[in-house]
Amino acid sequence: MGLLDRARARSPWILHFDAGACNGCDIEVLACLTPVYDVERFGMVNMGNPKHADVLLVTGTCNLRNARVLRNLYEQMPDPKAVVAIGACALSGGVFHECYNILGGVEGIIPVDVWVPGCAPKPEAIIEGAVMAVQRMQERRRKLREGAGSPNE
Amino acid sequence: MNEYSIGALGVLVAPILGGLLFGIDRRLTARLQARIGPPLLQPFYDVLKLLGKAPSACNNFQVIAASLYLVTTVLGLLMLLLGQDLLVLLFVVGLGTVMLILGAFSVKSPYSQLGAQREVLQMLAYEPLLVFMVVGIYLHTHSFSVSRLLELDKPLLWSMPLFLLTQTMVLGIKLHKSPFDISGSHHAHQELVRGVYTEFSGPTLALIELARFYEVVLILGFNWLLWHTVWWAGALLALGSYLAVILLDNVTARLTWSWLVVFAWVWGAGLAAANLAMRYVGLARIQ
Repeated sequence: MGLLDRARARSPWILHFDAGACNGCDIEVLACLTPVYDVERFGMVNMGNPKHADVLLVTGTCNLRNARVLRNLYEQMPDPKAVVAIGACALSGGVFHECYNILGGVEGIIPVDVWVPGCAPKPEAIIEGAVMAVQRMQERRRKLREGAGSPNE
Repeated sequence: MNEYSIGALGVLVAPILGGLLFGIDRRLTARLQARIGPPLLQPFYDVLKLLGKAPSACNNFQVIAASLYLVTTVLGLLMLLLGQDLLVLLFVVGLGTVMLILGAFSVKSPYSQLGAQREVLQMLAYEPLLVFMVVGIYLHTHSFSVSRLLELDKPLLWSMPLFLLTQTMVLGIKLHKSPFDISGSHHAHQELVRGVYTEFSGPTLALIELARFYEVVLILGFNWLLWHTVWWAGALLALGSYLAVILLDNVTARLTWSWLVVFAWVWGAGLAAANLAMRYVGLARIQ
């Protein structure tokens, strides 16, 4: 593992987007920043800016209104980047799945690397999800260097 | 040691020192908030990671602006190390900040625009304080040159004690620390997202972060000048004001830009002018 890879693994900056959650997952995401869970131990900082972020945490269902916003945020993040879908709604639409305006989970809009199930997931699970997303990012880089597979697989 | 080796050593050591200072800052801030905080080397990881991100500048001018910000800051540090003219140093470093502002103005994002406008106001707040300090030095040595200042056998602090306070204020404003962080905070994201830094990303942002490593050493170098006769006393003075700024950052909230300008001009410039006036009523003798 080179110096750059080590630096990448230790400094994933997070962008949190609430696509339409009931706020349960959002509270748990923000709990990760508090002294109890202190996600900055792993170099993670909550960024309000997609241009500075490495890992996109999405909570809530995607609907016709916010799909464009989500895609826009994802496209503004410079590579290498990863996406974590958090909570039942972001995974499949959850209890809102049958609603007339719901497109389902995040997967249909942007590529997802890690799914964190739960309603709402515990902060420990969210932190593990973000760490796994960084590992996925590393794996993709490694595959790309070895010339197998595309960077977005 | 000749001039070239001092310069080369300074350019190599300064970013390491600056990064470590920022690491201490982040860890200390975390401890003050009852958190464990990131590793001491976190600022270096951040810069390396940003260098490895895909280039994503909004326009070419942004890259030029960020590079010039870095170049002028390094140049400013070199001028200080080699004992050059302080007034020219201020203009060179000021040019760097202006480049940062123009880089932020070059993008139409409202956050970036508002951040740049507020950065101009920050400059308006701290530049007079630095000029006052240089004027104070001139009154001692009848020269703007740093090397002439280093020939003095008594520390400046005896006759310019209030400048320690104004320099701490300058440090707080330059490092974007509360309550002076109106144009964009170093850590947290506020109503302006990251203000003047919002539209810089990837390697361009890495250049700016690197420039900030140099910048903090440069400003602390100014504090060191207040007690140049004993090198570690000057270093303690600089470290003391750095820790004071971190403490202040954690116990205060950010305030408005109008408060900042009034505060810096009334209290900052007031203290500086009072200190210079003390000379004429015999309170602070000059050797």
